[in-house]
Amino acid sequence: MKPQKGAKITECQLAIIGCGLSGMAAALFAAEQGISTVQIGVSGGMIFASGLMDLMGVHPVETGNKWRDPWAAIDALGRDIPDHPYARLKKTVLRESMEKVVAFLGDEGLPYLKDHENNSEMITSLGTSKYTYYVPQTMWEGVKALRERVPCLILGFDGLNDFSASQIAGTLGDQWPGLRWHNLQFSNNGNGAGLVSGDIMARDMEVSGNLDRLVSEVRPHLKDAEGVGIPAILGMERSHEIVGELSREWGTRVFEIPTMPVSVPGLRINEAFARGLSAKGVKLFFPNRIIKWEQDENGEFLLGTGRNRPDKWIRAKGVILATGRFWARGLRADRDKIRETLFDLPVSQPGKRKEWHRREFLDLKGHPANRAGLEVDDLFRPVAKGGKPAFDNLFACGSILAHQDWMRMKCGSGLAMGTALAAVDAFSSFALK
Amino acid sequence: MRTQALIIGGGVVGTGIARDLALRGVESLVVEKDDINAGASGTNHGLLHSGGRYVATDPGAARECHEENEILKKMAPHCIEDTGGLFVAVEGDDETYAADFPQRCSKCGIPCQWLDPQEAREMEPALSTKVIASYLVNDASVDPFKISLENIAQAQDLGADLLCHTAVTGFERENNRIKTVRLINTNTGKETLVEAEQVINAAGAWVKEVAALAGIDIEMLYSKGTLLVTGHRVTERVVNRLRSPGDGDILVPGGTVSLLGTTSIRIDSLDRIRPKIEEVDLVVDEGSKMIPALKGLRYIRSYAGVRPLLKMDSGLDDRSVSRGFILLDHTEDGLENFATVPSGKLTTYRYMAEKTADLVCERLGVDAPCLTRTEPLPSTPSGMWTEPALGPKRWMRENHDDPLLCECELLPKSSIESIVNTIHEHKGDLSLKAMGLRSRVGKGACQGTFCGKRISAFLQETGQMKGAESLDDLRAFLQERWRGERPVLWHSQIMQAELKEALYCGSFDLETHGDKGLLICDC
Repeated sequence: MKPQKGAKITECQLAIIGCGLSGMAAALFAAEQGISTVQIGVSGGMIFASGLMDLMGVHPVETGNKWRDPWAAIDALGRDIPDHPYARLKKTVLRESMEKVVAFLGDEGLPYLKDHENNSEMITSLGTSKYTYYVPQTMWEGVKALRERVPCLILGFDGLNDFSASQIAGTLGDQWPGLRWHNLQFSNNGNGAGLVSGDIMARDMEVSGNLDRLVSEVRPHLKDAEGVGIPAILGMERSHEIVGELSREWGTRVFEIPTMPVSVPGLRINEAFARGLSAKGVKLFFPNRIIKWEQDENGEFLLGTGRNRPDKWIRAKGVILATGRFWARGLRADRDKIRETLFDLPVSQPGKRKEWHRREFLDLKGHPANRAGLEVDDLFRPVAKGGKPAFDNLFACGSILAHQDWMRMKCGSGLAMGTALAAVDAFSSFALK
Repeated sequence: MRTQALIIGGGVVGTGIARDLALRGVESLVVEKDDINAGASGTNHGLLHSGGRYVATDPGAARECHEENEILKKMAPHCIEDTGGLFVAVEGDDETYAADFPQRCSKCGIPCQWLDPQEAREMEPALSTKVIASYLVNDASVDPFKISLENIAQAQDLGADLLCHTAVTGFERENNRIKTVRLINTNTGKETLVEAEQVINAAGAWVKEVAALAGIDIEMLYSKGTLLVTGHRVTERVVNRLRSPGDGDILVPGGTVSLLGTTSIRIDSLDRIRPKIEEVDLVVDEGSKMIPALKGLRYIRSYAGVRPLLKMDSGLDDRSVSRGFILLDHTEDGLENFATVPSGKLTTYRYMAEKTADLVCERLGVDAPCLTRTEPLPSTPSGMWTEPALGPKRWMRENHDDPLLCECELLPKSSIESIVNTIHEHKGDLSLKAMGLRSRVGKGACQGTFCGKRISAFLQETGQMKGAESLDDLRAFLQERWRGERPVLWHSQIMQAELKEALYCGSFDLETHGDKGLLICDC
């Protein structure tokens, strides 16, 4: 199916398909390199993102060993799993990718911190803890509070069902004696279900009257608390300032704790990217799915988006595929086979469905289906049979890549950003030819 | 402790016997080694048979099914959806079998109406265009969880007792009688003795083990059935394959979903029964011959159950072993007050309970007639939450200040509280798994992703569980759901599984929580 005569075709150098962290990072890098860029995707993935940025946490996964130094972990990983995308990535590229994204988010009002080159341990809303690398500034005091075990008050909100202050205090309590919890009745909305969603609460918190109410309702419960942990709903845009205000009013450290989806920190990142990428000249086609693609006689890609029939076309000299895995629909599992959904690229995978998943959900070894994905050459181009790239100008990055298990290795964000920069650089060098 | 009748086993039969006896004024104690319906009563097809399936292979059983089908529809309508059923043959099926069907039904007194396949397809548009013969019968959909819960609720109301997590470890005999039964609480390890006038072995797949404790050998066969739960309801009626009973033959509506099954695989061990990928694929492939859409639609989970069958020396395959009711009274084995119910069908549980209660009453010298043919089974709060879509119906109607803890099935906090109460009434173990046996918790599309954490938090918040305990329980719950999800992880379910793992592993690092793994520091 070709575009109809007179149909509007948006020309660009690079089309990025997918708007999770990897796609957005790729769009950022491309825009900053002066590449004319279009980004197409169905946004929504970021509502599941906690806001924390993992670089490398656990290796080997079957031992559950956690690393204080993610870079040393990456070295070990590279020796043990040479097909892991990290083993194909230069450390300088990985570092630079994260620094660029963090700088960008900082410019957009979402500063991030880390402990030199080390991982930091952060509280989760289940009361467990995890090792991560870059932490939003609004959560940073939580890292310190956990480390120093200072007396803390954890707050919850009635109606914010997925965040249980008591569960956090109950789970951590054994090793953290000064931890207390308190639930606040805060819903303004009188929503019949008694359910409040995080993003609505976050916007409520930007209304100063509500913040004052929060301050005064919590004050009597502070007692000896040196820190107050609160679910990550402190505003959409002014979270950093709000944390500062609360800290001053209460005379304690204040820190956000990541929540279950709908994750406000994820939404903040999403909005920051949408704003910032637009300002940098990236043309955003959200929410859109590619429903048709072709290569013209020059090898350029024609991508059609729309509902049932394409009504918008994009012509690009190169394409970066950052469409994610099963949840994001970059991959689809039929009963017998895992497929890549857009270009039908070969997917590295276990031979049979019975090998996809182990019998125990939390088996430390992880599930082989999670390591299925696209194999790429040194230029991050998905390969076809015989090891040659399927297309000279098609690149892939992010969690769709094979031989990594981001959920168990805790390497998702680094993987997303590092491979995005590698893919953009590869496109650059290709385009210059 | 003393009781008139000690009933071993808390499935439909055990609870049915307790109810029957209670209505005759006989006191009983039900002991269940795990939880109510943890055995076959909780892993079956939910089919109230018309009997049509057995007319060729087991006419006696077929007739029993028909009679009980009619009785239960009158006595326990709130546990049954009277869906009606179809038998359909497709191209390639044995046409003689199809042709003989109506007459065989008629011989067993089973109503059966010929339908033009075109008409059958109008009634059920999901049917294949390759249907060559079709008949209408009186199959229905039954909720076995509810039946057991309502049985025991009325029995307890009339003075019976129930102890879950209580296993029999031995019998003390005196002459020809069992005098004392030794029990152990499987959670606490605490041992108790019960003096019982009569002992009834209704332990389902475990009757052999229990009988062995009394020195009696019962030869049993075990046949495993694997079933799948669809994401949405596919047909209004039960749909059966019109052929000699085989695999993937039956699709039964279950409220808002459909249950597709099953298989019949001989197994030796009752340990760790789980649905296997090959079994799941077989069932889908066979079932889709009747209903092609079954190939492509979403399955939420799968499960496997064990049919205990009394071994008969006939050398027939397991499907031919009679499913008709046999009661072992053990007088030949030298015991006067012991009885075993070795096998049977969900559909005929009431009849099995009646015959067993008759024997028990005769031995006790109690002259009271069975009332379960005429006394309706009352509807109580403990049976309320197993009904699919009850959550949404009530939530729509009632007060909304009650936060939802399970969004897939719309179960608010008050319902969770009610279910917790029921667990306490059953002297059960407070756990997410126990909640799942009494409600729809964890059975919806998300398979516990969100509700697991919320309910876990609720139990902790209300002081019913401590921190470390509640995470262990959550882990066990997720693993329990996984057993059923793993074989159906394609299309939408693999997406759901990825989300679940992204949250519990990617975000919470639950898999390494506790003592798992070292912290590696370059010191």
